[in-house]
Parts: sequence; structure tokens; C-alpha cells
Amino acid sequence: MADNTKTTQEETLDGTVVYSLPFPEDMKDLEKMAPIVIKQPYQINYLHSYGQDSPFFAGLTNKKLLGTKCKDCGHTFATPKLACMECGGDCEWVEMPPQGRIHTFTVCQFGSEEFLPECPFILALIEFDGVDTLFLTRLLGLDSDNPSMDWVGMKVKPKFKRLSKLKPTDVWFIPA
Amino acid sequence: MRTVYAISGGVSKFTKARHDKTFQAIVKEAYDYCLNDIGLTPKQGIELIDGSVASYFSDHFSRQLMCGIMTQDYLGLTPKPGHRVEGGGATGGLCFQEAWKSVASGHMDVCMAYGFETMSHVQTWKGNEFIALASDVSFDYPVGGFYSGYYAMMVVRHCKEFGTTVEQMANVSVKNHINALYNPYAQKRMRIGIDDVRNSPMVAWPLTRLDICTMSDGAAAILFVSEEGLNRIEKATGTSIPKVKVTGIGRGTDAMRMSDRPHQSFDDFYAKNSLPNEQNEDSKAHYRELWDKGFRYPGIHSFRAGRMASRQAYAHAGIEDPLNDIDFVELHDAYTSSEIQTYEDMGLCRYGEGGAFAESGKAHVPGIDYGLKLEHEPICPVNPSGGLIACGHPVGATGLMQGVFGIWQLQGTIGKHLGDDTIQIKDPKRGVIHSHAGTGTYVSVSIMEKED
Repeated sequence: MADNTKTTQEETLDGTVVYSLPFPEDMKDLEKMAPIVIKQPYQINYLHSYGQDSPFFAGLTNKKLLGTKCKDCGHTFATPKLACMECGGDCEWVEMPPQGRIHTFTVCQFGSEEFLPECPFILALIEFDGVDTLFLTRLLGLDSDNPSMDWVGMKVKPKFKRLSKLKPTDVWFIPA
Repeated sequence: MRTVYAISGGVSKFTKARHDKTFQAIVKEAYDYCLNDIGLTPKQGIELIDGSVASYFSDHFSRQLMCGIMTQDYLGLTPKPGHRVEGGGATGGLCFQEAWKSVASGHMDVCMAYGFETMSHVQTWKGNEFIALASDVSFDYPVGGFYSGYYAMMVVRHCKEFGTTVEQMANVSVKNHINALYNPYAQKRMRIGIDDVRNSPMVAWPLTRLDICTMSDGAAAILFVSEEGLNRIEKATGTSIPKVKVTGIGRGTDAMRMSDRPHQSFDDFYAKNSLPNEQNEDSKAHYRELWDKGFRYPGIHSFRAGRMASRQAYAHAGIEDPLNDIDFVELHDAYTSSEIQTYEDMGLCRYGEGGAFAESGKAHVPGIDYGLKLEHEPICPVNPSGGLIACGHPVGATGLMQGVFGIWQLQGTIGKHLGDDTIQIKDPKRGVIHSHAGTGTYVSVSIMEKED
């Protein structure tokens, strides 16, 4: 039977272990004490739902780049939005043209921790004829050591991962 | 709405890491300074303050929810009313305006705005990851979420549309770092030249490390009062406090995803987004020419939210000619490129003229040797404090820091507070602060004027 009246706790050696820190005779000297800094790990798996945008990712697994189009005003989104920003109407799914152009780009020599191992990589926004908004993607097939303003306007086309990860990086663009 | 005065401010030293204190204690430094400057003890502060607004951006950096109330109780302000505001990089600017509202509405007579960020609790690249979570996590973040990358894409388009050069951007970095030599609160105080900026490590082409602000730990506080609140405080201190009146408040927003930003026609732009000083034949022809060349507004090269915030604030304060009606600006230069883009949004020059404006000398501080060839005399110094580029950007404190430096400029007390009056603008009547969030999603513009 468990002793629920016990007055000691089991001690372990994991995490930060200290027997005693130097301590002054005079409590006033504590004001001069250096700050104590410990590590606090934090890790979590979120269940992220793509919600109403889910068909976009189903499209990627079928090598289709989907956008949306407003049923009322015809405003067309290269990055899907199911509610139209222009008129508030409902949007339907449409396929993007097979080619686009580089609207702008950058070469990331550094990045967020998650993407640091992939540096340098090229980020770009793609424009399509007849489509009102842009699409953020990675560009491959261009020399990231020699970026040029002339890349803006270059014709590009999408390529798709064969083994989809159900992420927007399942598609990337290369010179057409 | 009632008249609101911003009568006092305080900032902590902005620095890479403040492990010596928790966030509440860093806020208290700025808060105590703010009270002490008008002759109030902390105890008198507790008696006189009606409530507060707290400003901090990220719960991720602190790994602590409800930092606002933890600061409120540390300052001894419980059980008075208070709330937290959050709006990315503009958090501090929004806090400034929420505190103004608390007083203007009659809800409070004495309102303390305080803000902080302690970004040193994670490594820089993890910090960049947290910041990048302020982008769409379905479509943007997973592609390579990195704010410097986002702003780089924006300025590449600015360069393409207008011929803006990297040297013009570097000019901003030189100006702001040198201004900060005279501001001991700033984190990076350096005499540098254009070459230093271009030769520093490339982060996201064409932005180098010296084009980009740094993460920082710091806090700032501002005390807002009504006429009645001012009387109450002056009675307690037995002194007369120089009055800085908040005369204009404006805010704008734009889509989170840069890809969703509109590409408006000339007519839409001119009707909805132009400023009073652009309502003339010359400016109309300037813009007509841009549209003829394929320019569309705002695209991703311009911050429509910044333009709309300016438009609203200028209408409120009665400003028709920003460059000449404003004596100095503290604006959100998280990137040198965004300072240039913001000149245009705020109407200090027209769209397309920001690059030339940056190197003209019009935005420099009189009497400082920048080691640059500047063709024009200063007209409206921008970021005399050193801005975010040099001061650092502890997000929740930043917009309030701008307000504090603005108050000191208008009170003529820069020398007293910084121990050096080099960046004191001579007898300024009107200053503007500008706070900006995530690729131009929330922008606030607030106008302060000296009242004799």
C-alpha cells in the first residue's frame, strides 16, 4: 500500500542539478548576485488543419496547382481564398495557368532555425496572366550565388513532388 | 473626444540580452524613469494612475501567458483597469493609441502605457522562426518563413519599379547608426559608411546584416493624461509640466499574405489612397506616368496600410504638406528598405521618389557629419534617435520608445535625457511616430505637438 503520508521526495539526476550555490554571509550581498539562467525545453505537435483550403493540397498530390475564383466578381486568387477579399462573395476552385512569371524574389543566405540547413534558397512570388494575386514558392534551377534583377519577369513553370508531404513546398518553380 | 497630453516617458537601455532582470523589472525601470521625470514617486504613481495598457508581441519569446497582468501587479497597479494589445511589430504604436483612447474617451484621466519584449530567451534563428509565425502557416511559413526574406522580396520589386539602389538603402543605415552615436539607449552605435553596409554579410539578397534591425531586450513607458489628469499631477508635484498634445491618430491594415495584396488601377489609387499634397496636376501626371509604365498599387513594393494610417492621422491633425508641416519623424525602419518605402507612404515624397529622398539629406539631422555627400539641407529629420536599425527592436517596446523620444524632442529635453543634445531638433512644434507590423499588415501613425 502506498504511503501517502511520506515527507520526502525521490531525487533524480536529470535536468540541472546543483548541490549548493555560493551564498554570502550578509543577505545584502544577494543584490550583487548574477542572474541564474536555466534551459526550458518546449516541444509540441500541433494538429494543423488546412480546413477549407484542403483541396489545394489534394491538388498538389495530383500535380495540379489550384487557385480560387470569386463566383460573383471573378477576382482570381493564385493563393487560395474561399471568401473574396474584393466583394465578400464565395469562391470556387480553378486550375492555374501552366506557366507564370517571377514577380519578385530573394536569396535567403540565412533563415529561421527550421530552414537554416536549406540555406541558401530562393524565395519568389509568382504572377500568372489573368490571375489577380500572387503565389509564394521556392525557385530552383537558378544560380543562387549570382542573383540578378533581370530574374524579375522571367517565365517559370511548376514542378511537383512525387512523394507529397502535403505542404506548400510540394510544388516549386523552375525556368520555363 | 477630449484633449490628451503625453507628458512623460521612460525607456530602458535596449540591449542584446537582459538576463539580470525579468520582463516586469525591466518595465519598471522605464516606468520609474517616466514617473521620476515629472517628480512623482512610485507610490504617488500608484495613487494617481487610473489604469494602463500593456504592449508586448510574442507569447513565444517569454513562454509565459498573461505577461500584462504580471507587469501590472509588479508595478503595484492592481486592481486598476488594464489590458494588453498585440499587433505584431506595430504593437507599441497600437498601445500608444489605445492609451490615447482610454483618456480621450473619458474612461481614464491618467493612463500609463508600458511595453516590453525579451527576445534573448531564444537563439537568434529560433527567434526568426517565432517572428516568421507572423505569416500564414498554411501557405507562407512552410515555404521558408523568414521576415528578412519577405522584406527583401518587397524591396526587389521596389528596385524594379523605381530604380531604387542598394546604395540608397545603405544611406539609411549610415544615417541611423550615426544618429545613434548620440543616443546612449541605442543598442548599435556605430560610425559606418556605405561600403560597410554593402560589405557586411548578405542575409536575404539584397539586404545585408546592416540593412536589418536586431533583436533586443527592452521596455518603454509613456504617461497620458487629460486636462483633469494633468491638474491632478501638477497639484501633487507642485510643478508645471511641459505639455505635448496628441493631435492625430491613424491606422491602416493590409492582407497578411503578400501574395494577396491588390494591384489597383490609377483611378482607385488616386481616389482612395492619395494624400492632399498629391492633389495637383504635377503629382497626377507623375502617377499617371507610373501607371503607364505598368505600376500598380500597392503591389508588394508599397505599404498601403502605412499610407492609410498617414492619411487618417494627417486629416485628424490638419496636416496638408507632410514634409514641411512635420519637424521630425520616428518611423519603423526594421529594414533600411522599409524606411525608404515609408517615406513614400507618409508622403514625405511621392511613390517612386523614396530612394532619391534617402540620399538627398532632407531626412538627416542638422549639424551631424555623416561622411556622405548630401545635396540638400535637412528639412524633416527621420529617426534622429537611430530608429530600430540602431536602437534595436524589442517589439512591444519599440512603438512606445518612438513616442518617448518624440516627447523629449518636443519638450526640448533630449540633452537632459541622453546627456548629449546633438540630435535635439531645434524648437520642434510637431513630431510624428510610425509603427509597422508584419510586411505592412498593421500600421499606426500618431502625431504629437508641443503646446505652449
